[in-house]
Amino acid sequence: MFSYKAVYVIVLREFKRFFRQKGRLVVTLARPLIWLLIVGSGFSGIINIGAHAEGASYMQFILPGIVGMTILFSSVFSTISVVWDREFGFLREMLVAPVSRATIVAGKLLSGTLLSLFQGATLLLIAPLLGLRLSLPGFVAMLLLMFLVSLAITSFGLFVASYLTSLEGFNVIMNFIVLPMFFLSGALYPMDALPQPLKLLSFVNPLCFGVDAFKHALLGGNGRLSAEIPLIVDVAFLVVFSALFIAASAVSFERRK
Amino acid sequence: MALKSTIIEIQDLHKRYNGALAVSGVSLNVYEGEVFGFLGPNGAGKTTTISILCTLLNFDSGSAFVNGFDCKREPGKVRQSIGLVFQEVTLDNELTAYENLKFHCYMYNMGKKLAEERIDEMLVVVGLSDRKQEIVKKFSGGMKRRLEIARGLLHRPKVLFLDEPTLGLDPQTRTNVWEFIRTVKRSTGSTVFMTTHYMDEAEVCDRVAIIDKGRIIACDTPSTLKSSLKGDTIHLKTEDDEAAMKEIFERFGLKAAMTEAGLFIIVDNGEKFIPRLFERSKTGILSISLKRPSLEDVFLNLTGKKIREGNGHGKGIVSRHGGA
Repeated sequence: MFSYKAVYVIVLREFKRFFRQKGRLVVTLARPLIWLLIVGSGFSGIINIGAHAEGASYMQFILPGIVGMTILFSSVFSTISVVWDREFGFLREMLVAPVSRATIVAGKLLSGTLLSLFQGATLLLIAPLLGLRLSLPGFVAMLLLMFLVSLAITSFGLFVASYLTSLEGFNVIMNFIVLPMFFLSGALYPMDALPQPLKLLSFVNPLCFGVDAFKHALLGGNGRLSAEIPLIVDVAFLVVFSALFIAASAVSFERRK
Repeated sequence: MALKSTIIEIQDLHKRYNGALAVSGVSLNVYEGEVFGFLGPNGAGKTTTISILCTLLNFDSGSAFVNGFDCKREPGKVRQSIGLVFQEVTLDNELTAYENLKFHCYMYNMGKKLAEERIDEMLVVVGLSDRKQEIVKKFSGGMKRRLEIARGLLHRPKVLFLDEPTLGLDPQTRTNVWEFIRTVKRSTGSTVFMTTHYMDEAEVCDRVAIIDKGRIIACDTPSTLKSSLKGDTIHLKTEDDEAAMKEIFERFGLKAAMTEAGLFIIVDNGEKFIPRLFERSKTGILSISLKRPSLEDVFLNLTGKKIREGNGHGKGIVSRHGGA
Protein backbone atom coordinates (compact mmCIF):
# COMPACT_ATOMS: atom_id res chain seq x y z
CA MET A 1 0.00 0.00 0.00
CA PHE A 2 3.00 2.31 0.33
CA SER A 3 3.55 3.83 -3.09
CA TYR A 4 6.72 5.66 -4.15
CA LYS A 5 4.97 6.80 -7.29
CA ALA A 6 2.34 8.52 -5.15
CA VAL A 7 5.02 10.16 -2.99
CA TYR A 8 6.69 11.40 -6.17
CA VAL A 9 3.52 12.92 -7.59
CA ILE A 10 2.63 14.60 -4.28
CA VAL A 11 6.09 16.21 -4.17
CA LEU A 12 5.83 17.16 -7.84
CA ARG A 13 2.50 18.88 -7.20
CA GLU A 14 3.85 20.93 -4.29
CA PHE A 15 6.85 22.06 -6.33
CA LYS A 16 4.62 23.05 -9.26
CA ARG A 17 2.40 25.03 -6.93
CA PHE A 18 5.40 26.70 -5.34
CA PHE A 19 6.93 27.87 -8.58
CA ARG A 20 3.57 28.89 -10.01
CA GLN A 21 2.68 31.21 -7.16
CA LYS A 22 4.99 34.07 -8.07
CA GLY A 23 4.11 36.06 -4.97
CA ARG A 24 5.15 33.23 -2.70
CA LEU A 25 8.41 32.85 -4.57
CA VAL A 26 9.25 36.54 -4.25
CA VAL A 27 8.34 36.68 -0.55
CA THR A 28 10.35 33.63 0.40
CA LEU A 29 13.44 34.96 -1.31
CA ALA A 30 13.03 38.60 -0.30
CA ARG A 31 12.19 38.09 3.38
CA PRO A 32 15.59 36.77 4.47
CA LEU A 33 17.34 39.53 2.53
CA ILE A 34 15.24 42.18 4.24
CA TRP A 35 16.06 40.70 7.63
CA LEU A 36 19.74 40.52 6.85
CA LEU A 37 19.96 44.03 5.46
CA ILE A 38 17.68 45.88 7.88
CA VAL A 39 17.90 43.95 11.14
CA GLY A 40 21.45 42.91 10.50
CA SER A 41 22.86 46.31 9.71
CA GLY A 42 20.68 47.97 12.37
CA PHE A 43 21.92 45.78 15.18
CA SER A 44 25.47 45.80 13.88
CA GLY A 45 25.62 49.45 14.88
CA ILE A 46 24.66 48.95 18.51
CA ILE A 47 26.22 45.60 19.17
CA ASN A 48 29.84 46.18 19.91
CA ILE A 49 31.80 43.01 19.96
CA GLY A 50 35.09 44.88 19.99
CA ALA A 51 37.13 45.73 16.98
CA HIS A 52 39.77 43.18 17.73
CA ALA A 53 37.47 40.40 18.92
CA GLU A 54 38.02 37.02 17.37
CA GLY A 55 35.35 35.26 15.32
CA ALA A 56 32.31 36.38 13.44
CA SER A 57 30.89 39.86 12.92
CA TYR A 58 27.22 40.43 13.78
CA MET A 59 26.22 40.32 10.11
CA GLN A 60 27.92 36.99 9.78
CA PHE A 61 26.47 35.87 13.10
CA ILE A 62 22.86 36.27 12.05
CA LEU A 63 23.25 34.43 8.74
CA PRO A 64 22.73 30.98 10.36
CA GLY A 65 19.71 32.42 12.15
CA ILE A 66 18.26 33.81 8.95
CA VAL A 67 18.79 30.48 7.20
CA GLY A 68 16.94 28.92 10.15
CA MET A 69 14.15 31.46 9.85
CA THR A 70 13.79 30.82 6.14
CA ILE A 71 13.46 27.10 6.79
CA LEU A 72 11.04 27.71 9.66
CA PHE A 73 8.68 29.84 7.60
CA SER A 74 8.95 27.67 4.53
CA SER A 75 8.30 24.41 6.39
CA VAL A 76 5.37 25.83 8.31
CA PHE A 77 3.92 27.29 5.15
CA SER A 78 4.26 23.94 3.43
CA THR A 79 2.32 22.18 6.14
CA ILE A 80 -0.46 24.76 5.83
CA SER A 81 -1.07 23.06 2.50
CA VAL A 82 -2.54 20.12 4.41
CA VAL A 83 -5.11 22.39 6.03
CA TRP A 84 -5.56 24.15 2.72
CA ASP A 85 -6.15 20.86 0.92
CA ARG A 86 -8.62 19.85 3.56
CA GLU A 87 -10.53 23.10 3.26
CA PHE A 88 -10.63 22.93 -0.53
CA GLY A 89 -11.40 19.24 -0.68
CA PHE A 90 -8.23 18.08 -2.42
CA LEU A 91 -7.14 16.11 0.64
CA ARG A 92 -10.11 13.80 0.08
CA GLU A 93 -8.89 13.02 -3.43
CA MET A 94 -5.70 11.78 -1.75
CA LEU A 95 -7.41 10.01 1.14
CA VAL A 96 -9.61 7.85 -1.11
CA ALA A 97 -6.69 6.76 -3.28
CA PRO A 98 -5.55 3.18 -2.70
CA VAL A 99 -2.35 4.20 -0.93
CA SER A 100 -1.59 4.07 2.77
CA ARG A 101 -1.82 7.15 4.96
CA ALA A 102 1.93 6.78 5.46
CA THR A 103 2.37 7.46 1.74
CA ILE A 104 0.52 10.75 2.03
CA VAL A 105 2.46 11.72 5.16
CA ALA A 106 5.71 10.86 3.39
CA GLY A 107 4.74 12.91 0.35
CA LYS A 108 3.81 15.98 2.38
CA LEU A 109 6.87 15.59 4.58
CA LEU A 110 9.27 15.23 1.70
CA SER A 111 7.82 18.10 -0.32
CA GLY A 112 7.90 20.44 2.68
CA THR A 113 11.45 19.40 3.52
CA LEU A 114 12.78 19.73 -0.01
CA LEU A 115 11.14 23.12 -0.57
CA SER A 116 12.74 24.40 2.65
CA LEU A 117 16.07 22.94 1.68
CA PHE A 118 15.86 24.61 -1.71
CA GLN A 119 15.18 28.01 -0.14
CA GLY A 120 17.87 27.60 2.48
CA ALA A 121 20.40 26.64 -0.18
CA THR A 122 19.48 29.66 -2.30
CA LEU A 123 20.14 31.89 0.69
CA LEU A 124 23.55 30.34 1.25
CA LEU A 125 24.64 31.63 -2.13
CA ILE A 126 24.85 35.12 -0.64
CA ALA A 127 27.19 34.01 2.15
CA PRO A 128 30.29 35.17 0.22
CA LEU A 129 28.82 38.69 0.07
CA LEU A 130 28.98 38.81 3.88
CA GLY A 131 32.58 37.83 3.88
CA LEU A 132 31.97 34.21 4.81
CA ARG A 133 33.99 31.79 2.76
CA LEU A 134 32.15 28.54 2.54
CA SER A 135 34.28 25.54 1.56
CA LEU A 136 32.79 22.73 -0.46
CA PRO A 137 32.72 20.34 2.54
CA GLY A 138 31.17 23.17 4.55
CA PHE A 139 28.48 23.63 1.91
CA VAL A 140 27.74 19.92 1.81
CA ALA A 141 27.60 19.83 5.63
CA MET A 142 25.16 22.75 5.53
CA LEU A 143 22.97 20.92 3.00
CA LEU A 144 22.77 17.88 5.24
CA LEU A 145 22.06 19.97 8.31
CA MET A 146 19.45 22.05 6.51
CA PHE A 147 17.75 18.86 5.36
CA LEU A 148 17.61 17.64 8.94
CA VAL A 149 16.27 20.94 10.32
CA SER A 150 13.69 21.16 7.51
CA LEU A 151 12.56 17.63 8.24
CA ALA A 152 12.23 18.33 11.98
CA ILE A 153 10.14 21.46 11.53
CA THR A 154 8.03 20.07 8.71
CA SER A 155 7.18 16.96 10.73
CA PHE A 156 6.20 19.12 13.66
CA GLY A 157 4.06 21.36 11.44
CA LEU A 158 2.46 18.35 9.80
CA PHE A 159 1.48 16.96 13.17
CA VAL A 160 -0.14 20.25 14.17
CA ALA A 161 -1.85 20.55 10.78
CA SER A 162 -3.33 17.07 11.02
CA TYR A 163 -5.48 18.26 13.90
CA LEU A 164 -6.63 21.52 12.38
CA THR A 165 -9.54 21.95 10.07
CA SER A 166 -9.47 25.67 9.35
CA LEU A 167 -6.87 28.07 8.05
CA GLU A 168 -7.76 30.58 10.79
CA GLY A 169 -6.99 28.03 13.47
CA PHE A 170 -3.71 27.19 11.83
CA ASN A 171 -2.69 30.83 11.61
CA VAL A 172 -3.49 31.48 15.26
CA ILE A 173 -1.64 28.45 16.52
CA MET A 174 1.31 28.93 14.26
CA ASN A 175 1.74 32.56 15.20
CA PHE A 176 1.91 31.53 18.84
CA ILE A 177 4.44 28.86 18.02
CA VAL A 178 6.45 30.22 15.11
CA LEU A 179 7.47 33.59 16.49
CA PRO A 180 8.60 32.30 19.92
CA MET A 181 10.42 29.51 18.12
CA PHE A 182 12.28 32.06 16.07
CA PHE A 183 13.10 34.46 18.92
CA LEU A 184 14.18 31.61 21.20
CA SER A 185 16.43 30.03 18.63
CA GLY A 186 19.58 32.03 19.12
CA ALA A 187 19.09 33.48 15.66
CA LEU A 188 19.45 37.14 16.63
CA TYR A 189 21.38 36.92 19.92
CA PRO A 190 23.34 34.18 21.65
CA MET A 191 21.30 31.84 23.84
CA ASP A 192 23.59 32.80 26.65
CA ALA A 193 22.03 36.27 26.69
CA LEU A 194 18.61 34.89 27.64
CA PRO A 195 17.28 34.70 31.23
CA GLN A 196 17.18 31.21 32.69
CA PRO A 197 13.44 30.37 32.21
CA LEU A 198 13.55 31.31 28.54
CA LYS A 199 16.77 29.39 28.12
CA LEU A 200 14.98 26.29 29.38
CA LEU A 201 12.19 26.83 26.86
CA SER A 202 14.65 27.00 24.04
CA PHE A 203 15.94 23.57 24.96
CA VAL A 204 12.76 22.01 23.53
CA ASN A 205 12.93 24.20 20.45
CA PRO A 206 14.18 22.30 17.40
CA LEU A 207 15.13 25.55 15.70
CA CYS A 208 17.49 26.37 18.57
CA PHE A 209 19.47 23.20 17.89
CA GLY A 210 19.15 23.77 14.17
CA VAL A 211 20.54 27.29 14.24
CA ASP A 212 23.31 26.16 16.57
CA ALA A 213 24.25 23.43 14.11
CA PHE A 214 24.34 26.00 11.30
CA LYS A 215 26.66 28.14 13.41
CA HIS A 216 29.03 25.20 13.71
CA ALA A 217 29.13 24.83 9.96
CA LEU A 218 29.15 28.51 8.99
CA LEU A 219 31.01 30.31 11.76
CA GLY A 220 33.27 27.77 13.34
CA GLY A 221 33.71 27.43 17.07
CA ASN A 222 35.53 30.51 18.35
CA GLY A 223 34.51 34.01 19.39
CA ARG A 224 31.63 35.24 21.51
CA LEU A 225 29.12 34.88 18.72
CA SER A 226 29.56 31.24 17.93
CA ALA A 227 27.87 27.89 18.49
CA GLU A 228 26.99 27.10 22.10
CA ILE A 229 25.95 23.44 22.02
CA PRO A 230 28.09 20.51 20.85
CA LEU A 231 27.25 19.61 17.24
CA ILE A 232 26.59 15.99 18.15
CA VAL A 233 23.90 17.09 20.62
CA ASP A 234 22.30 19.33 17.97
CA VAL A 235 22.12 16.51 15.46
CA ALA A 236 20.93 13.94 18.00
CA PHE A 237 18.13 16.22 19.20
CA LEU A 238 16.97 16.94 15.64
CA VAL A 239 16.99 13.26 14.68
CA VAL A 240 14.98 12.22 17.75
CA PHE A 241 12.61 15.17 17.39
CA SER A 242 11.94 14.35 13.70
CA ALA A 243 11.41 10.65 14.37
CA LEU A 244 8.96 11.46 17.13
CA PHE A 245 6.85 13.83 15.09
CA ILE A 246 6.94 11.74 11.91
CA ALA A 247 5.54 8.84 13.92
CA ALA A 248 2.97 11.10 15.59
CA SER A 249 1.84 12.51 12.22
CA ALA A 250 1.54 9.03 10.71
CA VAL A 251 -0.62 7.89 13.64
CA SER A 252 -2.68 11.04 13.51
CA PHE A 253 -3.41 10.65 9.78
CA GLU A 254 -4.31 7.01 10.25
CA ARG A 255 -7.35 7.85 12.38
CA ARG A 256 -10.70 7.15 10.78
CA LYS A 257 -13.71 8.55 12.55
CA MET B 1 -35.46 -11.25 -13.58
CA ALA B 2 -32.08 -12.36 -14.85
CA LEU B 3 -29.36 -13.15 -12.33
CA LYS B 4 -27.45 -10.03 -11.52
CA SER B 5 -24.27 -9.92 -9.52
CA THR B 6 -24.21 -7.70 -6.50
CA ILE B 7 -21.50 -5.03 -6.45
CA ILE B 8 -22.45 -3.18 -3.28
CA GLU B 9 -23.88 -5.01 -0.32
CA ILE B 10 -24.88 -3.22 2.85
CA GLN B 11 -26.38 -5.06 5.81
CA ASP B 12 -27.93 -3.38 8.84
CA LEU B 13 -25.47 -0.51 8.87
CA HIS B 14 -25.35 1.77 11.92
CA LYS B 15 -23.28 4.88 12.38
CA ARG B 16 -23.39 7.36 15.22
CA TYR B 17 -21.97 10.70 14.18
CA ASN B 18 -21.48 13.69 16.47
CA GLY B 19 -23.74 12.06 19.05
CA ALA B 20 -26.68 11.49 16.71
CA LEU B 21 -27.55 8.32 14.82
CA ALA B 22 -26.76 9.34 11.23
CA VAL B 23 -27.38 5.92 9.71
CA SER B 24 -29.59 3.47 11.54
CA GLY B 25 -30.05 0.06 10.05
CA VAL B 26 -29.49 0.64 6.33
CA SER B 27 -29.52 -2.50 4.19
CA LEU B 28 -29.34 -2.50 0.42
CA ASN B 29 -27.89 -4.24 -2.62
CA VAL B 30 -26.69 -2.54 -5.75
CA TYR B 31 -26.23 -4.65 -8.89
CA GLU B 32 -23.44 -4.46 -11.39
CA GLY B 33 -24.02 -2.04 -14.25
CA GLU B 34 -26.98 -0.16 -12.88
CA VAL B 35 -27.42 3.52 -12.14
CA PHE B 36 -28.52 3.59 -8.56
CA GLY B 37 -29.98 6.71 -7.03
CA PHE B 38 -29.81 7.43 -3.35
CA LEU B 39 -32.40 10.02 -2.47
CA GLY B 40 -33.20 11.94 0.62
CA PRO B 41 -33.26 15.39 2.14
CA ASN B 42 -30.12 17.03 3.47
CA GLY B 43 -29.01 15.36 6.66
CA ALA B 44 -30.82 12.09 5.91
CA GLY B 45 -27.61 10.08 5.96
CA LYS B 46 -26.69 10.01 2.26
CA THR B 47 -23.21 11.45 2.54
CA THR B 48 -22.51 9.43 5.68
CA THR B 49 -23.40 6.22 3.83
CA ILE B 50 -21.25 7.18 0.83
CA SER B 51 -18.34 8.09 3.11
CA ILE B 52 -18.57 4.67 4.75
CA LEU B 53 -18.63 2.92 1.37
CA CYS B 54 -15.59 4.95 0.30
CA THR B 55 -13.75 3.98 3.50
CA LEU B 56 -13.46 7.60 4.63
CA LEU B 57 -15.58 6.85 7.67
CA ASN B 58 -15.83 3.87 9.99
CA PHE B 59 -19.17 2.41 11.04
CA ASP B 60 -20.39 1.14 14.38
CA SER B 61 -22.18 -2.07 13.42
CA GLY B 62 -23.47 -3.97 10.41
CA SER B 63 -21.47 -4.73 7.29
CA ALA B 64 -20.59 -3.02 4.02
CA PHE B 65 -18.98 -4.65 1.00
CA VAL B 66 -17.96 -3.05 -2.29
CA ASN B 67 -16.86 -5.28 -5.16
CA GLY B 68 -16.65 -8.13 -2.65
CA PHE B 69 -14.24 -6.28 -0.34
CA ASP B 70 -14.98 -5.39 3.26
CA CYS B 71 -15.07 -1.61 3.74
CA LYS B 72 -13.77 -2.01 7.28
CA ARG B 73 -10.99 -4.56 6.82
CA GLU B 74 -9.87 -4.05 3.22
CA PRO B 75 -10.03 -0.30 2.63
CA GLY B 76 -7.19 -0.39 0.11
CA LYS B 77 -8.93 -2.91 -2.15
CA VAL B 78 -12.22 -1.05 -1.83
CA ARG B 79 -10.52 2.22 -2.83
CA GLN B 80 -8.95 0.57 -5.87
CA SER B 81 -12.43 -0.53 -6.96
CA ILE B 82 -14.15 2.82 -6.76
CA GLY B 83 -14.10 6.25 -8.33
CA LEU B 84 -15.45 9.28 -6.57
CA VAL B 85 -16.91 12.63 -7.40
CA PHE B 86 -17.58 14.60 -4.26
CA GLN B 87 -20.17 17.24 -3.50
CA GLU B 88 -17.58 19.99 -3.51
CA VAL B 89 -14.94 20.50 -6.17
CA THR B 90 -11.77 18.62 -5.25
CA LEU B 91 -9.51 19.66 -8.12
CA ASP B 92 -6.27 21.54 -7.61
CA ASN B 93 -7.02 24.98 -9.05
CA GLU B 94 -3.36 25.81 -9.56
CA LEU B 95 -2.74 22.82 -11.80
CA THR B 96 -3.78 22.21 -15.39
CA ALA B 97 -6.46 19.71 -16.35
CA TYR B 98 -3.74 17.33 -17.49
CA GLU B 99 -1.75 17.69 -14.26
CA ASN B 100 -4.82 17.00 -12.14
CA LEU B 101 -5.49 13.83 -14.09
CA LYS B 102 -1.85 12.78 -14.00
CA PHE B 103 -1.83 13.22 -10.23
CA HIS B 104 -4.74 10.83 -10.02
CA CYS B 105 -3.14 8.23 -12.30
CA TYR B 106 0.05 8.17 -10.24
CA MET B 107 -1.90 7.93 -6.99
CA TYR B 108 -3.54 4.85 -8.50
CA ASN B 109 -0.18 3.39 -9.42
CA MET B 110 -0.44 3.65 -13.20
CA GLY B 111 2.64 3.72 -15.40
CA LYS B 112 3.48 6.80 -17.45
CA LYS B 113 2.41 5.31 -20.77
CA LEU B 114 -0.89 3.93 -19.49
CA ALA B 115 -1.58 7.23 -17.73
CA GLU B 116 -1.08 9.24 -20.93
CA GLU B 117 -3.38 6.92 -22.87
CA ARG B 118 -6.16 7.00 -20.31
CA ILE B 119 -5.93 10.76 -19.82
CA ASP B 120 -6.32 11.40 -23.56
CA GLU B 121 -9.13 8.88 -23.77
CA MET B 122 -11.10 10.35 -20.87
CA LEU B 123 -10.57 13.94 -22.03
CA VAL B 124 -12.24 12.98 -25.29
CA VAL B 125 -15.17 11.42 -23.43
CA VAL B 126 -15.76 14.57 -21.40
CA GLY B 127 -15.06 16.88 -24.33
CA LEU B 128 -12.16 18.72 -22.74
CA SER B 129 -9.33 17.61 -25.05
CA ASP B 130 -8.65 21.15 -26.24
CA ARG B 131 -8.39 22.37 -22.63
CA LYS B 132 -5.83 19.82 -21.58
CA GLN B 133 -3.05 22.29 -20.77
CA GLU B 134 -5.25 24.97 -19.23
CA ILE B 135 -5.13 25.86 -15.54
CA VAL B 136 -8.26 24.56 -13.84
CA LYS B 137 -8.86 27.89 -12.10
CA LYS B 138 -10.21 29.24 -15.40
CA PHE B 139 -12.77 26.45 -15.83
CA SER B 140 -16.51 26.96 -15.38
CA GLY B 141 -18.44 24.96 -12.78
CA GLY B 142 -19.75 22.54 -15.40
CA MET B 143 -16.29 21.96 -16.90
CA LYS B 144 -14.85 21.25 -13.47
CA ARG B 145 -17.57 18.71 -12.83
CA ARG B 146 -16.86 16.98 -16.14
CA LEU B 147 -13.15 16.94 -15.40
CA GLU B 148 -13.83 15.41 -12.00
CA ILE B 149 -15.99 12.72 -13.50
CA ALA B 150 -13.23 11.98 -16.01
CA ARG B 151 -10.76 11.79 -13.16
CA GLY B 152 -13.00 9.45 -11.19
CA LEU B 153 -13.04 7.05 -14.15
CA LEU B 154 -9.32 7.07 -15.05
CA HIS B 155 -8.51 3.91 -13.13
CA ARG B 156 -11.56 2.09 -14.54
CA PRO B 157 -13.40 1.68 -11.25
CA LYS B 158 -16.12 -0.93 -10.84
CA VAL B 159 -18.32 1.64 -9.13
CA LEU B 160 -18.43 5.38 -9.67
CA PHE B 161 -19.79 7.27 -6.67
CA LEU B 162 -21.30 10.65 -7.34
CA ASP B 163 -22.30 12.66 -4.30
CA GLU B 164 -24.75 15.36 -5.40
CA PRO B 165 -22.98 15.72 -8.76
CA THR B 166 -25.13 18.64 -9.89
CA LEU B 167 -25.22 20.60 -6.66
CA GLY B 168 -24.78 24.32 -7.24
CA LEU B 169 -24.91 24.09 -11.04
CA ASP B 170 -27.42 26.01 -13.14
CA PRO B 171 -30.35 24.00 -14.57
CA GLN B 172 -28.90 23.76 -18.07
CA THR B 173 -25.52 22.52 -16.87
CA ARG B 174 -27.30 20.09 -14.60
CA THR B 175 -29.06 18.56 -17.58
CA ASN B 176 -25.76 18.34 -19.48
CA VAL B 177 -23.92 16.70 -16.61
CA TRP B 178 -26.75 14.28 -16.22
CA GLU B 179 -26.80 13.26 -19.88
CA PHE B 180 -23.08 12.96 -19.70
CA ILE B 181 -23.28 10.55 -16.75
CA ARG B 182 -25.57 8.32 -18.82
CA THR B 183 -23.12 8.41 -21.73
CA VAL B 184 -20.20 7.57 -19.49
CA LYS B 185 -22.11 4.73 -17.95
CA ARG B 186 -22.91 3.32 -21.38
CA SER B 187 -19.34 3.60 -22.65
CA THR B 188 -17.53 2.27 -19.56
CA GLY B 189 -20.06 -0.13 -18.08
CA SER B 190 -19.31 1.13 -14.57
CA THR B 191 -21.96 0.91 -11.93
CA VAL B 192 -23.03 4.39 -10.88
CA PHE B 193 -24.09 5.09 -7.33
CA MET B 194 -25.27 8.63 -6.88
CA THR B 195 -26.98 10.74 -4.28
CA THR B 196 -29.22 13.62 -5.08
CA HIS B 197 -32.04 15.61 -3.64
CA TYR B 198 -33.28 16.68 -7.04
CA MET B 199 -36.17 14.30 -7.60
CA ASP B 200 -36.35 14.93 -11.34
CA GLU B 201 -32.79 13.65 -11.72
CA ALA B 202 -33.61 10.48 -9.87
CA GLU B 203 -36.26 9.60 -12.45
CA VAL B 204 -33.57 8.46 -14.88
CA CYS B 205 -31.95 6.03 -12.41
CA ASP B 206 -32.50 2.32 -12.92
CA ARG B 207 -33.38 1.96 -9.26
CA VAL B 208 -33.63 4.36 -6.37
CA ALA B 209 -33.53 4.03 -2.62
CA ILE B 210 -35.21 6.69 -0.53
CA ILE B 211 -33.53 7.43 2.77
CA ASP B 212 -34.93 9.54 5.57
CA LYS B 213 -33.60 10.03 9.08
CA GLY B 214 -30.96 7.37 8.56
CA ARG B 215 -33.36 4.66 7.34
CA ILE B 216 -34.24 3.34 3.90
CA ILE B 217 -37.97 3.82 3.52
CA ALA B 218 -38.33 2.57 -0.06
CA CYS B 219 -36.15 0.94 -2.70
CA ASP B 220 -37.28 0.06 -6.22
CA THR B 221 -37.40 1.28 -9.81
CA PRO B 222 -38.81 4.80 -10.19
CA SER B 223 -41.81 3.51 -12.13
CA THR B 224 -42.69 0.88 -9.52
CA LEU B 225 -42.38 3.41 -6.78
CA LYS B 226 -44.63 5.80 -8.62
CA SER B 227 -47.23 3.18 -9.46
CA SER B 228 -47.29 2.17 -5.80
CA LEU B 229 -48.99 5.47 -5.20
CA LYS B 230 -51.95 4.32 -7.30
CA GLY B 231 -53.35 7.71 -7.87
CA ASP B 232 -52.99 11.33 -8.62
CA THR B 233 -51.77 14.14 -6.46
CA ILE B 234 -54.10 17.02 -5.89
CA HIS B 235 -52.48 20.23 -4.82
CA LEU B 236 -54.89 22.50 -3.02
CA LYS B 237 -54.64 26.05 -1.76
CA THR B 238 -57.39 27.12 0.60
CA GLU B 239 -58.29 29.99 2.90
CA ASP B 240 -57.75 27.80 5.94
CA ASP B 241 -55.61 24.74 5.36
CA GLU B 242 -56.18 23.24 8.76
CA ALA B 243 -59.95 23.42 8.52
CA ALA B 244 -59.84 22.07 4.97
CA MET B 245 -57.63 19.19 6.06
CA LYS B 246 -60.09 18.29 8.78
CA GLU B 247 -63.02 18.59 6.43
CA ILE B 248 -61.43 16.36 3.80
CA PHE B 249 -60.71 13.75 6.43
CA GLU B 250 -64.30 13.83 7.70
CA ARG B 251 -65.91 13.75 4.27
CA PHE B 252 -63.64 11.38 2.35
CA GLY B 253 -61.56 9.66 5.00
CA LEU B 254 -58.43 10.99 3.24
CA LYS B 255 -55.40 12.29 5.08
CA ALA B 256 -53.95 15.36 3.39
CA ALA B 257 -50.31 16.36 3.82
CA MET B 258 -50.02 19.97 4.91
CA THR B 259 -47.08 22.05 3.74
CA GLU B 260 -46.51 25.77 3.39
CA ALA B 261 -47.32 25.50 -0.29
CA GLY B 262 -50.75 24.12 0.52
CA LEU B 263 -52.38 20.74 0.91
CA PHE B 264 -51.45 17.60 -1.00
CA ILE B 265 -53.98 14.80 -1.29
CA ILE B 266 -53.46 11.51 -3.06
CA VAL B 267 -56.60 10.07 -4.65
CA ASP B 268 -57.33 7.18 -7.00
CA ASN B 269 -59.02 9.23 -9.65
CA GLY B 270 -58.28 12.92 -9.58
CA GLU B 271 -60.67 13.99 -12.34
CA LYS B 272 -63.65 12.57 -10.48
CA PHE B 273 -62.51 13.69 -7.06
CA ILE B 274 -62.27 17.39 -7.82
CA PRO B 275 -65.99 18.02 -8.56
CA ARG B 276 -66.96 16.09 -5.45
CA LEU B 277 -64.62 18.17 -3.39
CA PHE B 278 -66.21 21.37 -4.63
CA GLU B 279 -69.75 20.15 -4.12
CA ARG B 280 -70.26 21.04 -0.51
CA SER B 281 -66.98 22.60 0.48
CA LYS B 282 -67.16 24.76 3.60
CA THR B 283 -63.67 26.13 3.30
CA GLY B 284 -62.90 28.54 0.49
CA ILE B 285 -60.69 26.95 -2.18
CA LEU B 286 -58.22 29.36 -3.78
CA SER B 287 -56.62 27.11 -6.36
CA ILE B 288 -56.41 23.48 -7.30
CA SER B 289 -54.16 21.44 -9.54
CA LEU B 290 -53.82 17.81 -10.50
CA LYS B 291 -50.61 15.90 -11.11
CA ARG B 292 -49.68 12.36 -12.02
CA PRO B 293 -47.40 10.86 -9.36
CA SER B 294 -43.72 11.80 -9.39
CA LEU B 295 -40.91 10.63 -7.15
CA GLU B 296 -41.37 13.81 -5.21
CA ASP B 297 -44.89 12.62 -4.37
CA VAL B 298 -43.61 9.19 -3.41
CA PHE B 299 -41.31 10.90 -0.97
CA LEU B 300 -44.06 13.18 0.28
CA ASN B 301 -46.37 10.24 0.78
CA LEU B 302 -43.79 8.19 2.66
CA THR B 303 -42.55 10.93 4.94
CA GLY B 304 -45.28 13.56 4.98
CA LYS B 305 -42.86 16.21 3.86
CA LYS B 306 -41.20 17.59 0.78
CA ILE B 307 -37.67 16.47 0.09
CA ARG B 308 -36.19 19.94 -0.01
CA GLU B 309 -37.25 20.96 3.48
CA GLY B 310 -34.53 20.59 5.99
CA ASN B 311 -36.38 20.64 9.29
CA GLY B 312 -38.85 17.82 8.73
CA HIS B 313 -41.83 19.58 10.30
CA GLY B 314 -43.79 20.00 7.12
CA LYS B 315 -42.99 23.68 7.06
CA GLY B 316 -40.55 26.01 5.41
CA ILE B 317 -40.55 24.69 1.88
CA VAL B 318 -37.64 25.74 -0.22
CA SER B 319 -38.80 26.45 -3.73
CA ARG B 320 -38.08 23.61 -6.10
CA HIS B 321 -35.52 25.45 -8.12
CA GLY B 322 -34.35 27.60 -5.30
CA GLY B 323 -30.75 28.04 -4.32
CA ALA B 324 -28.92 24.85 -3.53
